[in-house]
Amino acid sequence: MQNQATLQKREIIATALNRQAARGERSALHQRTRLWERVIRYLLLMCGVVSIFTTIGIVVVLGSEALLFFTPPTWIDSFKTLQEPITATATELAISGAGTPLEAGEIIRMVNEEMRVVSVDAAAGTITVERAINGTVAAPLTAGVDILRADSVTLGEFLTSTQWMPQLGSFGVLPLLNATLMISAVAMLVAIPLGLSAAIYLSEYASPKARAVLKPVLELLAGVPTVVFGYFALTFVTPLLRSLFGIDVVEIYNTASAGIVVGIMIIPTVASISEDALRAVPQSLREASYGLGATRLETVTRVVVPAALSGIVASFILGVSRAIGETMIVSIAAGAGPKFTFNLFAGAETMTGHIVRISSGDISYNSIDYNSLFAIGLLLFVITLALNILSRAVTARFREVYQ
Amino acid sequence: MGEQVQDRQSFVPGDQAFQDDLRRRHRRAKRWQVFFFASLVVGLLALLALFANVADEAFGTIAIASKYSEAEVLAALSEARGVTVEGPLEALENDDLAQVLALYIPRRVPVIVRDELSRVKPEDFTRVPLREALAGATLPPDIADLTISQLSLEQQTAILSANLTHDVLYARVLNDVIGLDILKSWTLSRTLFDYAGIEAEFQALVAAQDPPNPQLKPHSWLNSTFVTGTQSSYPELAGIRTAILGTLWIMALTMLIAFPLGVGAAIYLEEYAHSGNWLERLIETNIRNLAGVPSIIYGLLGLAIFVRALAPISSGALFGFNEANGRTIFSAAMTMALLILPVIIIAAQEAIRAVPQSIRDASYGLGATQWQTIWYQVLPAALPGILTGTILSMSRAIGETAPLIVIGASAVIFVDPSGPFSKFTALPIQIWQWTARPQEEFRNLAAAAIIVLLALLLVLNSAAIILRQRVSNRLRG
Repeated sequence: MQNQATLQKREIIATALNRQAARGERSALHQRTRLWERVIRYLLLMCGVVSIFTTIGIVVVLGSEALLFFTPPTWIDSFKTLQEPITATATELAISGAGTPLEAGEIIRMVNEEMRVVSVDAAAGTITVERAINGTVAAPLTAGVDILRADSVTLGEFLTSTQWMPQLGSFGVLPLLNATLMISAVAMLVAIPLGLSAAIYLSEYASPKARAVLKPVLELLAGVPTVVFGYFALTFVTPLLRSLFGIDVVEIYNTASAGIVVGIMIIPTVASISEDALRAVPQSLREASYGLGATRLETVTRVVVPAALSGIVASFILGVSRAIGETMIVSIAAGAGPKFTFNLFAGAETMTGHIVRISSGDISYNSIDYNSLFAIGLLLFVITLALNILSRAVTARFREVYQ
Repeated sequence: MGEQVQDRQSFVPGDQAFQDDLRRRHRRAKRWQVFFFASLVVGLLALLALFANVADEAFGTIAIASKYSEAEVLAALSEARGVTVEGPLEALENDDLAQVLALYIPRRVPVIVRDELSRVKPEDFTRVPLREALAGATLPPDIADLTISQLSLEQQTAILSANLTHDVLYARVLNDVIGLDILKSWTLSRTLFDYAGIEAEFQALVAAQDPPNPQLKPHSWLNSTFVTGTQSSYPELAGIRTAILGTLWIMALTMLIAFPLGVGAAIYLEEYAHSGNWLERLIETNIRNLAGVPSIIYGLLGLAIFVRALAPISSGALFGFNEANGRTIFSAAMTMALLILPVIIIAAQEAIRAVPQSIRDASYGLGATQWQTIWYQVLPAALPGILTGTILSMSRAIGETAPLIVIGASAVIFVDPSGPFSKFTALPIQIWQWTARPQEEFRNLAAAAIIVLLALLLVLNSAAIILRQRVSNRLRG
């Protein structure tokens, strides 16, 4: 941004030039130049607007596809049939067949009529229903009619159920979310101490020469593609964990290995941003601390780190956000198949891992599987966006300004 | 600093407790300094372990078995030709290789012709004349109206020799005649430090399985066949040419889209936007937020928009190409462009901001318009910085895997991409696919592909560093 004085100066000059132009005759050349200037300006603005369209695109795509996921109903076979014929007014139906029992409140469908289950008598094999709901027409039905049940995913079920089994119609995101959070927690357990310590060393202890070498080398870590980290997790860290804790304890695919490597991957993120924050603390604060007789450690922990806390916390939040969005490491090393487990040595699929696995297979558009990807994606987007905004808010809110 | 504090001891009461406390504090400071340094070292060691692990897997020893040894094949060929044919097999001419096929697997020769050259359905191949079945191939005119089964073995062999490349023929010989089979592979570290152990394992293997012509030999998984060959289900023949070409295509197209857009947006934000209106503030904030969106989300965006909604465009159907669906290089490049756009914009903004205001003022003073100032003064001064940022964003894009998988690039592709509307595979995808397979040999291949990918990144980053160096030199000079 240019400073205000320059802008004013430029405006004054522009006004003067305009006046001059107004007095004399406006040449065709002059007009063409002005038009050209304006066209370019709007072209450039359009370039910037592309980024807004990207965001709108993300929100609309994720939102609309996820909405399809939550919009009922798709009718699935309940594996039950009507046992005896019924009239158009009967409300007590005898049913037979296997499969998951019906539940009160559920919507079922026979031929073209939709009904709501009011109560279920499992012992007698009968159900009481409310006939002809949702604008359908009641009609007599013959015995042997298939009963379809409405399979809709409610937002409540999505967010609270601990089962993700598309083939059974249960879509609870918790197993995926749980694996994501577990891996992120392990990753932060690795990245926070290592990253912050590395930042403190680089900023407070290392000589300028050492720093000039060490920092770029550490940042090389940030340049390694994540698929390579995934390979590293599977072929190096996992065997290492298995030899340390026993082959029976540690599965080939496990969240611990993925978490550790994700942690290694975000060390540079944490270190680099924290170090910038530490170095921004004015030298006078350190000198004052030494002047009071503090050791270098005491200066670091009681003066420098508290002064740079906003930047450090922001780096942690950004690290978490990256860990949650990380895809290739977890898809390679953390295993396939959603599992609700707190065992770090067992495999469990994360949100991102699930998206990769499902979309890399044969997937038909408009299937519930396809739509579910976008529902997961939306959740992921909301979480990471919130974290990113939080990280910037922390920086802005708690920034200490030294003059 | 430590000395300074110690110097001040004479200014404070020198009783024993104080001295002890001071010593304790200094010991603690020392301990933590070691810890801080160790943390840094752990990070660097992880990097080292990563590289070492890749190198360890990419080179090593393999045990191979083959139905015939190379010497046997050469001897048989010499006998058939009546002259001594010199090895190695790889150096043989096309007609010699085709001759080997005819000698060892005469009945498979027409099958190979069909697999490699047929333009018609497999069930029609033996019925239609060659003119039609092998349309486009070089054929002697006298056989063009015959069917494949009416030809002699010599004629069939001649078709192979005239129409297949050396690489394909050699791969066929290795595969179908020699029947190269990798029994087991060992890592570089074991090769270097435990060769006796490998030999013992090899002997046990030979004793247990009794494979024909067993051989233990050092092997580099990264070799010329690997870099120039195409995908194969046999690990010893698999190559990554298709993947490298795919990556290059995607990168070129991505840059073509993202570079002008990104630089344009950056110019607008730095040079024009100063009134602080809502649109400009929105763009700024939005770009920072987009930079933090996980790449897989861009994949979902690309899947819904470019692959599905814009399928007529991205499949090239609108332009007369008939690709079945929108999972093409075009879709990949568009997705990647959106992904790296925020990175390019932020880098370009910084480069433009670093151009001294005095340059602009001088240009205005000479009567230049704003665009003239930008085009002739600001951009040339900012260009090296912009290019550095762009190259770095490119090196991020090269390694991106997740969005490509999500838009559907996970199919196994044997054909080189020929344009923006081809199906494709890319290096990181190839690495991912090989890593996911359980056999050890594919892990080795993945390691070799990782070396290629890292080499590509190294080239890009060196270019960025050299550019940055030149800028700082120029500013100093």
